[in-house]
Amino acid sequence: MADAAPPAAPLEWGSSARFWRTILLYLGRNKSLAVGVVLLLGLASLVIGGYLFYDVKLAEPLSKMPARPPSADAWLGTDKHGRDLFAVLIVGTALTCKVGLLAGLIGVAVGTVLGFVGGFFRGWIDAAINLLTDVFLAVPPLLILVVIAANLGTSLSTTDMVFVIAALAWREPARRIRSQVLVMREAGYVNNARLNGTSSFGIIFKEMMPNLIPYLMVSFVLTVAAAVLAAVGLEALGLGPQNEPTLGMTVYWAMHYSASLLGMWWWVLTPVITLVVLFVGLYLITTGLDELANPRLRAKGA
Amino acid sequence: MVRVLHRLVLMVLVIWLAASINFLLPRMTDRDPIEERLAQALGDSGGSAIGIEEMVAEYQSKFGTDQPLWKQYISMMGDIAQFDLGVSINYFPDRVATHVMAALPWSIALLGTATLISFVIGTILGALTIWRRKSAWLARIVPLFMILAAIPFYLVGLVLVYVFSLSLGWFPPARGYGVGVNMDWSWTAIGNVIYHAILPAMSIVLAAIGIWALSMRGMMVTVQGEDYMNFARAKGLSNRRMFWRYAVRNAITPQITTLVLAFGTIVGGAILVERVFVYPGIGTLLYNSVLLVDYFLIFGCVFILILTVAVSLMILDLLYPLLDPRIRAGGEQHG
Repeated sequence: MADAAPPAAPLEWGSSARFWRTILLYLGRNKSLAVGVVLLLGLASLVIGGYLFYDVKLAEPLSKMPARPPSADAWLGTDKHGRDLFAVLIVGTALTCKVGLLAGLIGVAVGTVLGFVGGFFRGWIDAAINLLTDVFLAVPPLLILVVIAANLGTSLSTTDMVFVIAALAWREPARRIRSQVLVMREAGYVNNARLNGTSSFGIIFKEMMPNLIPYLMVSFVLTVAAAVLAAVGLEALGLGPQNEPTLGMTVYWAMHYSASLLGMWWWVLTPVITLVVLFVGLYLITTGLDELANPRLRAKGA
Repeated sequence: MVRVLHRLVLMVLVIWLAASINFLLPRMTDRDPIEERLAQALGDSGGSAIGIEEMVAEYQSKFGTDQPLWKQYISMMGDIAQFDLGVSINYFPDRVATHVMAALPWSIALLGTATLISFVIGTILGALTIWRRKSAWLARIVPLFMILAAIPFYLVGLVLVYVFSLSLGWFPPARGYGVGVNMDWSWTAIGNVIYHAILPAMSIVLAAIGIWALSMRGMMVTVQGEDYMNFARAKGLSNRRMFWRYAVRNAITPQITTLVLAFGTIVGGAILVERVFVYPGIGTLLYNSVLLVDYFLIFGCVFILILTVAVSLMILDLLYPLLDPRIRAGGEQHG
């Protein structure tokens, strides 16, 4: 197993000081990862700071004069229900991230297991998993989500939302991981391990997993982004949780009352800009991680 | 030939399974659409119950929603096999097919055109970023499009409506055509439809260009390292010929794959765009039918979507070896 070192270790993990120095140096070279991390950290510190220093209870209806433009009293104005939009931004971003992260985690976990089992063992089990993925890819995702959400009704909480979204989030990771496993199982070091008499279990966890980590990271961020996209989409259709001020629900009410027709630009722009920062941040991190996982892209530096 | 048959069987299997999910999911609600429709009709007609018994009778004879689920399932699948999508609950007594067919052209025209435009622009831009690395405007505009690609269509749409419709007043904010416009094939009507389609199409094109540019760029990076590119350069071919005939032609196959897939999936993905612009397409129809739990209309809309995805996937799988001879030699060797 000594010769089984991965051909291109993405980074050298050393002591923690060296670890952080390596990370910072790498971020200096990988601009999109750096900008993405900065965007998300900025959003995160806004949310954390908001929870610490701002009265987030103002995100509930009728907490301020409704339909007011931004002022010293309400920095981002209020909507027609009298929600303080700055408080909505804080609470909504936190809720959206919670749904995205948890659903992404479940999706990647389930997808990885399915992708691994199919790609590694092949045969009928691979065919069955593939068919399952095909079927779920053929049904428009929003339909499944809409129907599940509509069934759960208005009592939906953001925790229910996590499971609704996770019900579909496994498809893409399953595909991605499977194709990566298919490539990997023919790699020289896996063959060596097999000839050495390493068990399947050993090959999976000692040989393939470490090399899959960069792909898993990319998959995770991609899945989180997709989960946030799906959650916000559902909420914007008015099918998300009704009692919690998510960003998507804010978009829904803004559309419902034709906020821009009423000239209430702050109502539309607050959730839209927050979501744009979130999506762009996630996207830049994915691109950056892709470069990390795919050293071939790094060398070109296009 | 075996391959074609195998693929056909697989397609039918996927369609059947997906259709079954589609059958089952809406019926998992504890809401009764017929009852809701009855209550609504009763309210609309001021208490007179004319037509309601007729409706119930029609449903019971045709679909039997009071029957056990498996009987409904068999009768539904039988109808589907004959391409009969049944009668809508909400638009009774209209047939589902009427409404689906009325909505489909709107979606296909809007989304198909927008997809094609973004495909062409995005692919060319993506290829050029690799080809002309020193071009200053490419270096600025392409990353911008790629960042736009991270933003969902409907958010772009919301901003576009605010800027171009409500602030500047250049385009109508919603609907597929003007209120007083007669929908014949006259130039006025066509012009009006295009005028209304510009903003929704723009919101898709702006957000989708980056997706195409990104994947094309990736392929061009790979192609540039190939021996035949060096050979072409050594032969002294013109830059233009090398770009189109050697680089783009080899890099474009995966793009076409994605394009076919995009045609299949975009209708489902653009429900929110249609909703933002109150566009009379299949997305709006599906959304409304879901809100009203109109089983048969939901099934009709989704069945059409499933059909397009499954058929385009199959065509793709079968055409791929013709597009790319390299696949023909390879295929699945391990198994």
